[in-house]
Amino acid sequence: MALVLNEEQRLLRDTAREFLSKQAPVSALRKLRDDRDPLGYDPGLWQQMTELGWASIILPEEYGGLDFGFTGLGVILEECGRTLAASPLLATAAVGASAILLGGNSEQKQALLPSLATGKLSLALALEESHHHRPHTISTRARREGDDFIIDGHKVFVADGHSADQLIVVARSSGESADPQGLTLLLVARDAQGLSCQRTLMADSRNAANIQFEQVRVNADCVLGEIDQGWHVLEPVLDRGRVALAAEMMGLALEAFERTIAYLKERKQFGVFIGSFQALQHRSAQLQAELELCRSVILQALSCVDETPEQLPLLASLAKARLNELVKIVTNEAVQMHGGIGVTDELEIGFFLKRARVQMQLFGDTGFHKDRYATLCGY
Amino acid sequence: MQDLDSFRQQVRQWLEANCPQSQRQPITPQDQYWGGRRSTFPSADARLWFERMREQGWIVPEWPTEYGGGGLSDEQARVIKQEMKRIKARTPLYGIGIWMLGPALLEYGNEAQKQQHLPAIINGASRWAQGYSEPGAGSDLASLQCKAEDMGDHFLVNGSKIWTTAADRCDWIFCLVRTDPLAKQQEGISFLLIDMDDPGVSTTPIALISGESEFCQTFFDNVKVPKDNLVGELNKGWSVAKALLVHERKLMAEMGSDSPRQVVAPNAAARQYLEFEQGKIADARIRSDLVDYDMTMHAIGLTHFRCFEEKTHKLRSAAPLVMKLVGTEAEKTRSELLLAIMGSRGLGWEGEGFSAQEIDTLRLWAMSKAMTIAGGSSEVQLNVIAKSVLELPQSKG
Repeated sequence: MALVLNEEQRLLRDTAREFLSKQAPVSALRKLRDDRDPLGYDPGLWQQMTELGWASIILPEEYGGLDFGFTGLGVILEECGRTLAASPLLATAAVGASAILLGGNSEQKQALLPSLATGKLSLALALEESHHHRPHTISTRARREGDDFIIDGHKVFVADGHSADQLIVVARSSGESADPQGLTLLLVARDAQGLSCQRTLMADSRNAANIQFEQVRVNADCVLGEIDQGWHVLEPVLDRGRVALAAEMMGLALEAFERTIAYLKERKQFGVFIGSFQALQHRSAQLQAELELCRSVILQALSCVDETPEQLPLLASLAKARLNELVKIVTNEAVQMHGGIGVTDELEIGFFLKRARVQMQLFGDTGFHKDRYATLCGY
Repeated sequence: MQDLDSFRQQVRQWLEANCPQSQRQPITPQDQYWGGRRSTFPSADARLWFERMREQGWIVPEWPTEYGGGGLSDEQARVIKQEMKRIKARTPLYGIGIWMLGPALLEYGNEAQKQQHLPAIINGASRWAQGYSEPGAGSDLASLQCKAEDMGDHFLVNGSKIWTTAADRCDWIFCLVRTDPLAKQQEGISFLLIDMDDPGVSTTPIALISGESEFCQTFFDNVKVPKDNLVGELNKGWSVAKALLVHERKLMAEMGSDSPRQVVAPNAAARQYLEFEQGKIADARIRSDLVDYDMTMHAIGLTHFRCFEEKTHKLRSAAPLVMKLVGTEAEKTRSELLLAIMGSRGLGWEGEGFSAQEIDTLRLWAMSKAMTIAGGSSEVQLNVIAKSVLELPQSKG
């Protein structure tokens, strides 16, 4: 049952689509941008989303979760991708929740997951240190001092970093800079002493931050998973994040594509609908073919999170690489086929173009994932 | 599910007991049995294997038992396919009778036609050719000119068909013929079954760039065809043909994964022909092309499964309509990639200095060029997607 949605999942998709088209259309993102909203999302919307259970969708029932599985989360994220809904869903409900589920001990799960489920706790993963995704090239230090760790370093491109209540910080507790061994994950309150946060305004008008750690002191019970063994948690967490993001990208691609096809049927030039031109028909049909392949990849990647996690690295890289290329070509073609109006700010298609570029870099670009896929295949 | 699991166990046991060891080896073109009056079994074991499968009803497990099939569900048929694949059991009988004509007859044929032809296909008694394209009607199939005139008690057929696969070894040919020259293009076409032994039918092979002559041209010169051989209604052959084209495209889309020839996987060839540095292919461009190809094949494989699951759950999507396009384009990509990986070793045409497999790889490369032309070219596939999936306005050009 991996490659088709079941009835419950289809119902969830329909509910999410209806809710988001009313409560979080693209115009809502435009307003956040134009108002220079300091939070970058609407807390009222996030509250409604958590009331629908979206923050807790992958959490077990014992923590107040819906236990609906990763495919359910993917279905919702895909719909969020269609309307470019700004919310902490990806950073908190997909990446943050996975980090605690996979890395947390039972006290941490008891303490954090119920408030995550109700939307009281938001999380952000503070990982990157350079302008390219290098998940184990980490220089931020976590130095042991008695019962505490002292964190020093600098993080960039932290999605939701300026708004999250707590950060999951990837720091080096031993080993050399590029070594996957010697990494430790630490939960750090965003208002901790010595932590400074600079919100960055990126192409997609969403939330990212640069974060400086200067002598930030946290207790050792804030360690998520084993000291020095953080990679064993981080890698699957990143893969889940990649798959979840890829699902959001699928929604973005579908929406941009469908809007473009609709435009081809209404725009007339030379006395005919431009959709009657074979030059545009063939390019559109090529995109449709690519969308069909990506649809299968997404469904398989989502279901393998819960069902066959041993295949997750390969499928996560397949999904992220293919969806990176898909959103790039679809958004480029969407702008081109809209013609002059496609490059105006008035038309919403530009928001899709820009969000796509941020998605393409987050959790690894195409080159990163092609290299990883090839390596996993043994060449 | 439980039933399917126990069925799988039964299949496994039966195959284990009945499939000769020699029939569990990779198949070469010489080992294939295509049936028909002009064909013999490649070996005694191939014959034994075919006969056992036929008795079991598993030559075409999903066809009804009264026509020699197994009367099984699509899911059960798939289990048999999977279990055969698991032990590398050879396909006992090949042919477009099984793949294309049979499904069309089951849908459109009358009872007499089903009884005459379906058991004969399964028994290996008749091998079929397809007569669709004509020298003047390729991608524009509906402009075909081969005509069948109503002579009262029979049709009189005149014209020719091209790209009739292996027609020089076939017994029967199913043809699209024009029965109403005045009707609009697709409306005056009928679907006719013609016995290739009938007087006036002749066939010549066509030499291809691959050096092979799999395809032929078949000529019809005043051929008398009984009226009983009309499938479906007069002048309504286009709908039969369209249903059949769906089977052909599905088949071509799957050919890459289920080819009777020894297909070399590019990543296996890479290990044999390329230099590695620290576990990675040293040539960055080939490595990049290879991973693109492997990812595409991974995605195509998943999409085949999705098509099957959607069919099982009676869900509709556009996926089946893109498979011929992506499958055959990937096949071409694979062949080009193999040539890049093999360098000058991939250019051997015949004779000494190259392995048989190297030569075969080059021949398959040449053949792959036909894949995106036959059965509706890639451009026609794009037209179909634009029209039936995207519902874009009719192209003026």
